[in-house]
Amino acid sequence: MDFSFTPEQEQLRASLAAYLRDHHDFAARQAAVASESGRNTALWHGLADQLGLLALGGPDAPDPFDLLVVMQELGVALVTEPYLESAITSATLLRHSGTQAAAALLPRIASGAAVVVLADTERGARLGAPPHHTRADRSGDGWLLGGAKSTIMAAPWATTLLVTAQTADGTAVFAVDPHSDGVTMFPYRTIDGRRAADLRFDAVALTEAQLVAAPDIAATAIEHATDAAIAALAAEALGVTRRILDDTIAYTRDRRQFGQSIAGFQALQHRMVDMFMKIEAATSATYLATMKLGAPPRERTLAISGAKVLVGEACRFVGQNGVQLHGGMGMTEELAVGHYFKRATVIEGLMGTSDDHLARYMATAATPQPAAA
Amino acid sequence: MDLALSPAEQAFAADIRRFFSQEYPQDVLALVRDGRKLTRDDHVRSQQALNAKGWLGVGWPAEHGGPGWTPVERYLFEQELELAGAPSIIPMAVIYIGPIICAFGTPEQQGRWLPDILESRAMWAQGYSEPESGSDLASLRMSAVRDGDDYVLNGTKIWTSGAHWADWIFCLVRTEKCERKQDGISMICADMRTPGITVHPIISIDGAHELNRVEFDNVRVPAANMIGEPGKGWHYANVLLAAERVSYAHIGRKRADLAELRRVAATMPGSVAATMADEPLFARRVALAEIRLNAVEMSVLRVLCGDAAPAAVSALKIACTELAQEITELWVELAGRDRAIVADRTRADWRDAAPEAAPFAVPRTASYLFERAQTIYGGATEIQKTIVWRALDRANAGIARS
Ligand SMILES: Cc1cc2nc3c(=O)[nH]c(=O)nc-3n(C[C@H](O)[C@H](O)[C@H](O)COP(=O)(O)OP(=O)(O)OC[C@H]3O[C@@H](n4cnc5c(N)ncnc54)[C@H](O)[C@@H]3O)c2cc1C
Repeated sequence: MDFSFTPEQEQLRASLAAYLRDHHDFAARQAAVASESGRNTALWHGLADQLGLLALGGPDAPDPFDLLVVMQELGVALVTEPYLESAITSATLLRHSGTQAAAALLPRIASGAAVVVLADTERGARLGAPPHHTRADRSGDGWLLGGAKSTIMAAPWATTLLVTAQTADGTAVFAVDPHSDGVTMFPYRTIDGRRAADLRFDAVALTEAQLVAAPDIAATAIEHATDAAIAALAAEALGVTRRILDDTIAYTRDRRQFGQSIAGFQALQHRMVDMFMKIEAATSATYLATMKLGAPPRERTLAISGAKVLVGEACRFVGQNGVQLHGGMGMTEELAVGHYFKRATVIEGLMGTSDDHLARYMATAATPQPAAA
Repeated sequence: MDLALSPAEQAFAADIRRFFSQEYPQDVLALVRDGRKLTRDDHVRSQQALNAKGWLGVGWPAEHGGPGWTPVERYLFEQELELAGAPSIIPMAVIYIGPIICAFGTPEQQGRWLPDILESRAMWAQGYSEPESGSDLASLRMSAVRDGDDYVLNGTKIWTSGAHWADWIFCLVRTEKCERKQDGISMICADMRTPGITVHPIISIDGAHELNRVEFDNVRVPAANMIGEPGKGWHYANVLLAAERVSYAHIGRKRADLAELRRVAATMPGSVAATMADEPLFARRVALAEIRLNAVEMSVLRVLCGDAAPAAVSALKIACTELAQEITELWVELAGRDRAIVADRTRADWRDAAPEAAPFAVPRTASYLFERAQTIYGGATEIQKTIVWRALDRANAGIARS
């Protein structure tokens, strides 16, 4: 057993961390967030060209621990660029689908030219619900797409949407240009400084070539994409919560009340230790989930859902107490900690809440293991 | 022991309920139901409607225009107000400084300030906290130096809720350096239009502007604006705190929130069960919150009727505020990923910005974020626990001696 990262991964972490320190301090982050588009294209090109990180979203499947390292550092720096959405979620789905349409998109993700976003979730739907309101029906040589999607993170930045839809034969995935006739985008800001959108499709005409994953493979491809995304999101959460803890330790050390540093009060010391322990548990669960990404479905599901449960717990506990221990300062837009808290809050709600995953874990664990062949 | 409401108390509550369903401005209730942000004017209209019935000065003695209610009646009033979904009375003037002016103000001050508060002609802000004096409030430094008929104020107040709406501010200031830091503190009121006062907005994590920093640069305030005697400000502030020790309870608001939560959950798909109302893990959390609420309500009534040890009174602030936060967590759980959405709730059409979203997600997430403050202000939980401990320790020492 070896829990150390490879020298290459250590190098990857160091160069990304250094790059972000130099090019993406909190002020730069806030300026991008406040801008009209919310994008930080300079950073995106830096990640693509200078660091070569978008290549991990190319045709060859990367080492999941490389992605873990990247996502953790993006979390530490609270990066809002659509790396998870395009280079991890969409790239994983496209690799598993293996169609020509998919193969054509992967190199464009890897160069950073394309931002590909999976549009799967619908109004009120909880974890794993198949598309319900979105349908695609045969029409001549192609398809007609109708329906709606809700709260699609990074959709306003997408050059291509991967839209899940119900067909006569089951769920399929289509590559849709967001500017096509019949696509209406409702873009909005999110509490974590990003952009998301609700989408409506009204008789959008699609060619056969836009069918990225047919019903025979779509469900599996979506599942793999979602699991990879959850592992990546968990890794980001480790960076986010670690930074909240670091900031809280530093703040309480500097903050003086009752003639002393408040970090000297044992009640606060113990709370910060509790925060640390939540992050430790989440870290181990995230490693386990990352390790199991290639495992058979049952094992994979248990590890992924288990990680999302503990990561969600860490996001909530560390986020809330980070604010609490900063007192009034924690409640302001001015300090970084509140923004990390909000990202942690969003992470807790994306791709299934802790309770959703706990329920999935319970259901999966209760089904007997298939007998060994 | 008789824990039931008397017939008279039940009739009292029914009368209040009737008022909110008929006489109270229904458009204000509609705005709240619609998740809109209320304006200053909405609050003024709300409070004027209460005052028209003589119900605004809830904690005031009758001779100053209070309704003269028993503690239980006052509790029932607040409960009905919250169950109806009306905005709470803005506490700074009516709940915080009003009773102090009634108790310690001169007749001249009472005549000058109290009617304007009741008529909602004047809003007030509470200037206690300073950048370096939060939990350790008694270390405050803002100075007030006597100069002829005036005091000259210099210093900074922070976290001042509603200072940008306020006409007056009541401040704790240092008039003297004393051995005990609590001793040199005085309470003085300043007209917000006085030269030298500047208000700087602080945006909170829910994106709202409620908090401010208020700078005082050689602000001249007539000595006639000082409440009571110099050096007694700490005492006045604490008498008030004792009288308002359950004002954070908001039992009715919690009950209304949980009922609404159940109603909405029944309309949303679950992941295991058909709806979220039946989703086992969620239903368990809702049930636990309700059970806690029932107990906390009983605790509040015990405090109001004088049947609670000092330790229990301080502990109740923690229980009430944590429960309020727990309910906001249930809402964001229900919202799922829709918790991410930001929309401008000053606009009537704010929901059109995200037409597929759960309609409650935006205001409920804003509450989740903002209500983190409940365990920070009014004595942070950690400070409160130290107070509870001291009370327990004292009580135990009493037992040991006897
Ligand atoms: C939304 C909001 C509205 C407010 N409105 C007003 C207002 O209108 N007027 C006004 O005057 N003030 C107002 N306040 C200020 C509020 O009273 C202070 O925030 C509060 O007293 C805490 O002070 P602080 O923020 O300086 O935190 P600090 O005192 O710096 O505390 C930081 C952390 O350290 C902990 N801590 C401090 N001392 C100890 C100790 N001895 N042992 C263990 N833990 C400790 C605290 O519990 C907290 O978790 C408001 C605050 C908020 C957040």
